[in-house]
Amino acid sequence: MLRFLAVRTARAILTLFICVSAVFVTLRLAGDPAEIMLSVDTPPDVRAYYSQLWGLDQPIYDQYIRYVTSALRGDFGISFADERPAFDAVVEALPNTALLGSAALLLALAIGLPLGILAALKHNSAIDRLAMASAVFGYAVPVFFLGILLILLFALKLRVLPSAGSDSLVHLILPVVTLGLPLAGRLARFARTSTLEVLGKPFIRAARGRGVMPIGVILRHALPNASVPLLMFLGIEIGNILAGSAVVETIFAWPGVGRLLVDSVATRDLPVVQAVIITITLIMVSANLLVDVLHILIDPRLGGFGRASGAHA
Amino acid sequence: MATLETPAPAQGRSASLGMSPVVVISTAFLFFMVCVAVFAEWLAPAHFTTQNLAARLRPPMTVQGDFTYYLGTDQLGRDILSRLIYAIRTSILIAVLGTLIGAVVGTLLGFVAARLRGLPDQAIMMLVDTQAAIPALLLALTMLAFFGNNVVLFIILVSLDGWEKYTRLARGLVVSEQTSDYINAVEALGARSGRVILKHLLPNIVAALVVQATLNFPGTILLETSLSFLGLGVQPPGTSLGLMLGEGRRYLLNAWWIAVFPGCAIFLTTLAMSLFGDWLRDRLDPTVDRG
Repeated sequence: MLRFLAVRTARAILTLFICVSAVFVTLRLAGDPAEIMLSVDTPPDVRAYYSQLWGLDQPIYDQYIRYVTSALRGDFGISFADERPAFDAVVEALPNTALLGSAALLLALAIGLPLGILAALKHNSAIDRLAMASAVFGYAVPVFFLGILLILLFALKLRVLPSAGSDSLVHLILPVVTLGLPLAGRLARFARTSTLEVLGKPFIRAARGRGVMPIGVILRHALPNASVPLLMFLGIEIGNILAGSAVVETIFAWPGVGRLLVDSVATRDLPVVQAVIITITLIMVSANLLVDVLHILIDPRLGGFGRASGAHA
Repeated sequence: MATLETPAPAQGRSASLGMSPVVVISTAFLFFMVCVAVFAEWLAPAHFTTQNLAARLRPPMTVQGDFTYYLGTDQLGRDILSRLIYAIRTSILIAVLGTLIGAVVGTLLGFVAARLRGLPDQAIMMLVDTQAAIPALLLALTMLAFFGNNVVLFIILVSLDGWEKYTRLARGLVVSEQTSDYINAVEALGARSGRVILKHLLPNIVAALVVQATLNFPGTILLETSLSFLGLGVQPPGTSLGLMLGEGRRYLLNAWWIAVFPGCAIFLTTLAMSLFGDWLRDRLDPTVDRG
C-alpha cells in the first residue's frame, strides 16, 4: 500500500513538473517573452529591467531553472491588468470557485445519486427512463446554453433571481444549477450502472435471500461497494467542473478562477494565465491523488482499512 | 426549429440495423445537419453578413417587403436563419477537422507506443496522463493566450479534446493484438512492420477507433462552441454557433431568438451525435468502455 502511494505521489509531482515545463517551453516557442508579455509601447528601460528579471540574457537552462524555482514560490510575475502579483489574483478568486464548484457537486450528488439508485432498483420503469433521459441531457447540453435559458426564464421572464453578480448567496443559485444539473444527469447514469452491477452480485442475492429489506441491502451492502467507482467518477468530474466554471463564471459574472482565466486570456495578461493554469493543474493532480488515497482506504482488497467501511468483496 | 422534416429510412432496413425510433431520428437529424453544412450557399436566403439596419432585432416570422425573416434578425439586421446555416457549416467543419486531427495523431502515437515500447512508450503515456489531468478547454484557453488567435491554431486546439483517448485505445488494442497467433505468423513470414500495421493491425482495431471518434465528437463541438462563445474562438466577421450564442447573450432581454436558435442547434447536434454514438458502439464494438 505504501509503495502504491509512493508511486502515485511521484507521478503526481511528475505531472505537475511536466506542466510547468510545458508552460515554459510554450512561452519560449511563442517568441521572446519580453515581446509577448509587455505591451508594444513599453519604454526600453522597463523592457531591459524585465529582461534581466526573467534572466532573458542568460542561457536557456538557466532561464528554465529560474522559471521553475519562481513557479514553486508562486511567483509568476506582476499582472498587467491591476499591477499586483498574478498569484494574488488567483488566490483571491479561488474561494469563489471552490464555493461554486462544491455547491454544484452537492446539488449533483443530491439529485443524481438517489435518481440513479432508484432507477436501478426500478429497472425499466418510468423513473428508470427519466434517469436515462436526464443522463443523455447531462452529456449533450452545453453549459453556456443552459445558463442562458435559465437567465431567460428566472431572471428576465419571472424576475425571481439575479442574472449576474456576487453580492449575496442568492446570486449563487443560477450558476450552481447551471453547473450542477448536467453533472447530476451524468451522475445518475453512473450511479444506475454501478448499482445495477452490484445488485447482480451473489452477496446481494444472498442478503436478499436472508430476508434483508431492499433498502437495507442498498445501504448496508450495495452502496459501500459502489463507492469506489463513484469516487473514481468524481475524480474525473472535477476537471469538468473546473472547465465548466470558466464558462459559467463568465456568463454569471461570478468572480472565480474560471472567469479570471477567460478575462486574462482575452487581454493576454500572461502572468495571470500562467498562475491560473498551474494552480488548476495543482488542484487536479491533488484531487486525483486524494481519490487514489481514499480508494485505498475504502477498498479492502488494496490492503487498507477496509473493515471499517463494512464493504464486501 | 424546423429540422425534423427529413424522411426516416424505410422500416425494414432500420429494423435490421437494430435502430430504435430515437436513433433513426438522430441519424436523420445528423444527415440533415451535414446537408445544411454542405449546401449552405443554396439554402441560406441571404448572405450571413448582409445587414439591413432598417430591420434590427426583429422577432421570428417578421415580413419585411418581399423578404421573410423566419427566425428574426440580430442587432445589425442580419437574417438569423442565414447566419445559423453558415454557422452550422463553420462549427461542423471545425469539429470534423479537429476530430480527424485528434484521431489521426492520437492513433499514430498509440501505434508508436505499442510498437516501440520502452522509453518512447513511457514518454507518450506520460504525455497522455498529463493531458488527461488538464481539461482541454483550459489548456486551449492558455494556448490562445500565448499564441494569439488564428484559424489553424484554433483547429489544432479543438483537436486537443480527446487525442489521448485514441492513444490509450490504440495502444491497448495493438499491444493485445500483437501477441495473437496471426500477427506472430505474419511476422514470422517476414512481413515488414509497415505492412503488419496497415494490413493487419489497423483493420482489426478501426471499428473501435471509429466508435471512439463518434463518442468524442460532441465533446469536440462543445469545445469549439465554448471557446467561440467566450469570444476567443471564431472571430467576426466569421460566424459559428458559439459565436452567435455569445453575441446573442447581450440582447437576451429584447431579442431572445438571437441566442436561442444557435443554442438549440448545438444542443440537438450533440444530443443526436451521442445517441448515434451509443448505438454505433453497441453495434460495432461492445468492448469499448461504457464510462
